This record gives sequence, structure tokens and C-alpha cells, in this order.
Amino acid sequence: MTGPIIPLDQLKLGTRARIAAIDWSALGEKEASRLRHFGFDEGVSVEPLHLGPFGRDPLAIRVGRMTVAIRRSHARAVKVTTEEA
Amino acid sequence: MNPIPLVAVAGNPNAGKSALFNALTGARQKVGNYPGVTVERHVGKTSLPDGSPVELVDLPGAYGLDPTSPDEEVTRDVLLGKQKGERLPNALLIVVDASNLDNHLRFALQLIDLGLPTVVALNMVDLAKRDGLELDAARLQEELGVPVVETVAVRKRGMIEIMEQLQLLLLQPRKVRAGEGPSGDLLHLQRRAREIAMGAIVRETQVRRITHQLDGLLLHPIGGPLILAAILFLMFQAVFSWSAVPADALEAVTLQLGQAIGDALPDNWLRSMIVDGIFAGVGAVIVFLPQILILFLFILVLESTGYMVRAAFIMDRLMSSAGLSGRAFIPLLSSFACAVPGIMATRTIEDPKDRLTTILVAPLMTCSARLPVYTLVIAAFIPAITVGPGIGLQGLVLFTLYISGIAGALLASLVLRKTVVKGGGGHFMMELPKYQLPRLSDVAIGLWQRAAIFLKRAGTIILATTIVLWALASFPQAGPGEKQSDVSIAGYIADGIHTVVAPIGFNKDISMALLPAMAAREVAVAAIGTVYSLDAEDEQGLQTLEQRLSGRWSLATALAFLAWFIFAPQCISTIAVTRRETNSWRWPMFMVGYLFVVAYIVAGATYWTAVAFGLG
Repeated sequence: MTGPIIPLDQLKLGTRARIAAIDWSALGEKEASRLRHFGFDEGVSVEPLHLGPFGRDPLAIRVGRMTVAIRRSHARAVKVTTEEA
Repeated sequence: MNPIPLVAVAGNPNAGKSALFNALTGARQKVGNYPGVTVERHVGKTSLPDGSPVELVDLPGAYGLDPTSPDEEVTRDVLLGKQKGERLPNALLIVVDASNLDNHLRFALQLIDLGLPTVVALNMVDLAKRDGLELDAARLQEELGVPVVETVAVRKRGMIEIMEQLQLLLLQPRKVRAGEGPSGDLLHLQRRAREIAMGAIVRETQVRRITHQLDGLLLHPIGGPLILAAILFLMFQAVFSWSAVPADALEAVTLQLGQAIGDALPDNWLRSMIVDGIFAGVGAVIVFLPQILILFLFILVLESTGYMVRAAFIMDRLMSSAGLSGRAFIPLLSSFACAVPGIMATRTIEDPKDRLTTILVAPLMTCSARLPVYTLVIAAFIPAITVGPGIGLQGLVLFTLYISGIAGALLASLVLRKTVVKGGGGHFMMELPKYQLPRLSDVAIGLWQRAAIFLKRAGTIILATTIVLWALASFPQAGPGEKQSDVSIAGYIADGIHTVVAPIGFNKDISMALLPAMAAREVAVAAIGTVYSLDAEDEQGLQTLEQRLSGRWSLATALAFLAWFIFAPQCISTIAVTRRETNSWRWPMFMVGYLFVVAYIVAGATYWTAVAFGLG
């Protein structure tokens, strides 16, 4: 069973999810390229770990074995689905 | 004769590439720039097991061969043999982080496809084990088709094996592979990398990761910013208090040396030039070396532990509200040491407008060259009392000066983003690497490289400026009853400057120091030192520069002088590097113009306010 598809920035801290889709068109060319470099891809496991102290932005997200920081506006382009037991 | 074989060290950022490079080459390194760009070129020499020499070049960390920054462009061009000032490498040493294989292997696969003789260093296997991850290097080697060596660069584990593999590779004639080239589809490569990584994992146990726990504390919404503020505050207190002993020792040595030479020479112009010009001038600057090194030490340690990126994470939102990105935090923090490397470091900022704004405000960060000026004036005018447990008033004033620079920079960038540098922006994407203990030898190498740059500056620009200033201030010589600083050439030039800066409370001595300070800010101290040591003939005994100052300047003037130095673009090197980095004269000229206007207004406001409070 998988849960509903939500944008990554709506995911609660410490919740593991799988990337369902990435709206590449919502990202600039370089941003998209950097996200791919970080390993963002359909099916990859992600987990938001921390939020920036000011305005809850940026987000620290575990992707695969890495932790990366991206802004909320970019996280919005990544759609995820939680794994429900 | 063939040139020495060249081995390129390449890999992702945070793969431990530079630590490995340091472990292999030790202190036998040279740092320069690639021609035409300001990406740093690190090369080092070492020898192969058979004793023949080999040269290693540490390429900038990159995520792929499709560059998103000038650093990554250099990496790609070197590897394709297209980079000016670098020959095509004979072999390739790829560094991958053992605990981040699925990501780092993607770039490694791209690199292997280039067809150069290649060895892979499976680095930081100890940290991977700490995190419960065990890997099969033999299996990895089989999948990749190139030799794989397990390494722990910081403990020099695997270094001999790496050199042995390189030796074997360099003996082989270069084979040109008809591989699929670097154009392989990124997502396809990523998936293959993930498969290979999965296949190489022997065992994986879930452990509480140290990095995760530390981040819980250091990136805590309330604790994080408090810890950051505490670290920065400690840094500035340390700059002041730890440096006292070595600085005093250096001062005593230069003073004695100057006097000894003075006693040995007959009383003529040469003696005056050596004692009043060179020793008074350069000596006054060298004394600040301990402070500059302590500042660099903090920056290097913050960088090598992985904390610097966390600081960027914490600051990103605030920086973005000023129109900058968290990425600008590191260049701007480096500008606390010197705006020149700071402005160069803006190359990691991808967005051109973010980058330009960062360059334009970088000179507002209090660089270490301003420290001598601040130190001198604070020591002369601010009493050394404590205003709280462990908080000295002098340190507090220094802290305020730094904060004013930061506030000025944020404000300026906000205005710039709304006016001359509109549009773009919104980029902040960086990796948060694992925390690591700083490695003493890596920090020492970095510290040495920076000290060398400072001493070179002190030895050339500052020496030349001091001698020219000494000449301007010494001729023509004053007759009886005249003051030397009134009749000299410098005196007349200063008169001209003085007319402009008199309204903001600057006296003639300051006017005289402003012009040579353009060469390097710390020269202002040397300049004031030279002026006063020439005038001091009639005064009793040897007074320190601080004592001389506090007798001659009012507090309002001193405060205005400090305020001026927060903003004034008093540095030719900064202007030159801005020209190079923006590739035009338009932006450096704009920078100089706006900074002078702001400096004049703020210094004036400070002076007038202080006078109104009766401090004039």
C-alpha cells in the first residue's frame, strides 16, 4: 500500500518516503541538473531531517545515503509517496 | 625528454579528495591559478615505488562532467585535455566516499568511460564501517573494470597500494577505448551506479549515526543559531586574546632589531629609512600575523569539520531575505580573512546575479587587513575593562565593528538586488557532508599556504609602499621649529585630502594615511606609525604608537575613523580581483563609488553624533 502523493516540502520531519515523480519543468536547468547529481530520481528513498531555523527554510533532506540542503521552493517540485505498513 | 607523468585526482566534493592529495604529496605542493580563470590549481610532486617522479594535480570537486560551476568546468576541461595551462593527465585517480557509493559511483563511471588509465580509491572505509556499512572492494573492482584500493586518507592507509597501482598504470602504453564517452545519460548512469553500489555491500547494520545526532543539536531550530553565534563570538574573542603573547613577542623582536640596526648605523638618511621607514612600517604589520593566523585557523577548522556548510544552512533564509544565498555565506565568511579569496570563492555560486551581488558586498566583511587598524585604534581609545563575565569591552567593540560590516553588507545587497542587480536568484543546493575531526596536518598545510600569502604581501606591496611613504614624509626636511609632517610632500598631498575629509572629523595624520592604505589596508597603521615616529624626535623616550595616538586624536575622530574603515574600499587588490571576476571595469568602479559614498556618510554620522554627545 502506498499513501497519497504529496510534495516533498509537505512531508513531516523524520518521515521516510519514496519519490513518485519530479516536476523537472518547474525547475531551472541548473537546478534540475544539480538535483540529478544529488541522486534525486523516481523510486529513491527520501526523508526530511531538519528545517532552517528562520522561516522553516531551507530543508535538509536525506536522499539515498547523502544529506542535502535545498530550498522549500525546489522541494515542492519533488512529489513523494509515503510507505504505509 | 618526456615531461614528468601527470596523475589527476578527481572525485565528488566531500569524497576526501584533498586529504588524499595531502597524504600522497605532503607539503610538496604548489598552489596557483589556471590561466584566465581564478580556479585554484593544486599540484604536488611525489615519487612512485620505483623512485621515478610523478606529479599529482588535485582537480576541483565535481558532481559530473556536465558543469554547473566554473570549478566543474575546469575539472572537465583538464580531463578532456582542453584546459589551458594543463597537459592531458597520463592517469586518473578517482576518489569515492565508501559510505556514499551510490552517488559517487555515477561520476566515477563517467570518469572511467573517459578511457584514461584509472585507479579508484575507495576512501573513508573506516567511517563507513563506523556507520555499519561493509563493502567488498574486490567485487567493486570486478564491476568497474579498474583497480580499486581501500583507503583511509587521513590515516595514510592504502597510500602505498595506490602508488603501486599508479606505477603499473603508467608503465602501460595508453590505450584508447572506444567507450560510450562522457555523454551517457545521467539517469541511466545513476541507476547503474546504484546497482553496482548495492552489489558491493556485504553487510549493512543500522546504527545511530554520529552525524545525524550532531545535526540534531547543531541544526536545532533554536540551539543551532545560538551555537553558531557562540562560535563566531569565540572566534573574535580568540583573535584578540590568544594572539597577545606571540604578538607582543614579535613586537619586542622587531623593536629591538630596529634599535640594534639604528645604533650600528651612522645617523643619515639610510638609517632613517631603515629604522623609521622599514622597521616602523613593516614591523607594525608583521605584528598582526598571529591574529590573522588564528582567524584562518578557525575558518580552516570550521571548513574541515563540515560545520561551515551547516552555517550556510542556518544562514540561508536570512541571506535570501537580503537577496543572497546561503552559498554566499562561505565566500563572505572567507572575506573576514581577506576579500580577495572571498571574491574568488564566489565562483561556487551558480547564479550570476547572486554571485555579482556577493562580490559587490564582500569588501564590507571585516577582512584581516582591517584588524591591525581596528586593533591599534581600539587599544588606544577603548579601555581594557570587562563588562561581564569573560567579555572585554575591547572585544565587544571589535564585535560591534564586525556586526556593522555584516549589517551593512546585507543592507547593501538588498538595495543592489532591487536596483542594479535585479532578477535571478533563489539557488541554494548543497551537500551536508559527514562531520569529521579536523586533521592536524591538513589544517597546518592550509595555514602555511595562507601565512605565505600574507607574508608575501607584507614583504612586497607593503614594503614598497612604506618606503615611498617614508620618502614622501621625509622630504623636504623640516627646519628648526617646523613639524616634519607639515613641510613634507606627503603633508601637501594630505592637505588636499584633508579638505575633503575634515567635515567628518579626520585630522591631517589620517588624511596622510588614507592614500597609502589603498595598496593594502593594514598600511594605514604602518603609515600612521611612520608619520608619528618621524615627529617623535622631540618627544621624551619611546612611546608606543597607541600612546601617541590617544594623545592626538579625539574619541569622536577615532570612532569616525573606525566607521570609515568598515565601508571604505581601501584596497587595490580587491578592486583588481573584482575586475577579473566580473570581467569588466564597470562593476569594480561602481563598487568603489558606492563604498566611498557610504563610508563618508557613515563616518560623518558617527563623528557628528559623537561630537553631539560631547566626545569631540
